[in-house]
Amino acid sequence: MAQSEQEILEGLAEIVNEETGVDAKDVQPEKSFTEDLDIDSLSMMTIVVNAEEKFGVRIPDDDVKNLSTVGDAVKYIQNAQG
Amino acid sequence: MPSDSTIAPKGTGRLSATTGAQYARIHAVGGYRPERVITNDEVCTWIDSSDQWIRERSGIETRRWAAPDETVIDMAEKAARDVLTRSGIRPAQLGAVLVSTVTHPYQTPAAAPLLATRLGANGAPAFDISAACAGYCYGISLASDMVRGGSAEYVLVVGVEKLSAFTDKHDRGTAFIFGDGAGAAIVGPSDHPAIGPTVWGSDGEAWDTIRQRESWTHILNAWEDRQQSGQDSTIGMKGQSVFRWAVWGMAPVAQQALDKAGITVDDLDAFIPHQANMRIIDQLIKQLGMPADIPVARDIAQTGNTSAASIPLATERMLREGEAPHGGLALQIGFGAGLVYAAQVIELP
Ligand SMILES: CC(C)(COP(=O)(O)OP(=O)(O)OC[C@H]1O[C@@H](n2cnc3c(N)ncnc32)[C@H](O)[C@@H]1OP(=O)(O)O)[C@@H](O)C(=O)NCCC(=O)NCCS
Repeated sequence: MAQSEQEILEGLAEIVNEETGVDAKDVQPEKSFTEDLDIDSLSMMTIVVNAEEKFGVRIPDDDVKNLSTVGDAVKYIQNAQG
Repeated sequence: MPSDSTIAPKGTGRLSATTGAQYARIHAVGGYRPERVITNDEVCTWIDSSDQWIRERSGIETRRWAAPDETVIDMAEKAARDVLTRSGIRPAQLGAVLVSTVTHPYQTPAAAPLLATRLGANGAPAFDISAACAGYCYGISLASDMVRGGSAEYVLVVGVEKLSAFTDKHDRGTAFIFGDGAGAAIVGPSDHPAIGPTVWGSDGEAWDTIRQRESWTHILNAWEDRQQSGQDSTIGMKGQSVFRWAVWGMAPVAQQALDKAGITVDDLDAFIPHQANMRIIDQLIKQLGMPADIPVARDIAQTGNTSAASIPLATERMLREGEAPHGGLALQIGFGAGLVYAAQVIELP
């Protein structure tokens, strides 16, 4: 059930776009959620909850603060999918 | 020690039981907002922040703070007098006085007995409820059951907080959120169902999500050691965890309260969630699939987060400003430190 990095990136970009209106093309691995994409911690939580549902993983609150870039999140999700 | 077989009950006495009203309703809602308005600009003199940041993160524009010598009981009394006047119920008719608060600064005695006495209801059963931001909904649930169970005909429920006294003015995560105030309701008999079944619960696994930072025991010991920091008794909060729980944990609870009441979201005349944070309110609406034309309480913008007082204060405002109709159905939900929560559909007075 593990998805490829590209698939996860695309899925994540869709979620980010829905929640914040940021263009899906701009959601790239090296981008920082707060600095580059201007996503605050509460929008980040919303993205996390939607990602949990979409990718079938659990992302505990304490891990969210470690996901500073889009790439961090993609890797986290991929590992969690096992 | 006599063994079980040698001792038997007398069996001669038969207990009488009380019977109450078949149904209960909220007869009136009232409130009290302290005079002093604290702007975001004033908050920014204590923390490094900005008016814009605070509005974006919380929707709060101003909050009210009680005067330094104004107590939880003083504020409760003002809200209680307001609701008594509106309901036409005399203090002597009160069969119980419940005060929901987490900021009454005495471990004992409770605030409720002195409130009852000040109101002229001396002698009424009176006690405090410690259920943080869920406290008002807990109180409405208890009061409704008391009226229907026959332990009281009319119950005064007050939600009151002086959070300013328990806020660390230099904590960027909480200093801008909290406010002071009191809201009150009278619950009494009804000829039709007007308070729906309560969906309530707790989650002690998340006990430390919002909490007084140190126990009174610790604080007393620190005082003795003269190492008291002065901030131990204030409230700390894991903001993002609260946000997640308050939205994705509470939306299903709100939905269950609708289901148990036997109505759908379309039947609502108002949605009155605890005024925690505008962002929580907005996401709750989204998660509940609430139609855009249902009026939603947004008193937080002017009043801040007043914990147990927020729902009755928001209700009072909606009714006063004609935003929600008297006799309409409102879904109310409280949630907060504990973690604890309670939701019910009520008929607006
Ligand atoms: C409390 C809350 C505003 C904190 O926001 P947050 O973004 O989670 O806070 P963080 O500590 O993660 O800080 C994130 C950034 O904002 C900054 N920040 C924190 N508080 C700030 C403030 N008051 N003003 C300006 N910036 C602030 C931090 O410095 C940090 O910036 P950095 O990444 O450049 O260091 C937010 O979590 C919240 O509103 N949660 C809901 C809580 C709630 O409503 N509770 C109701 C109780 S029932």
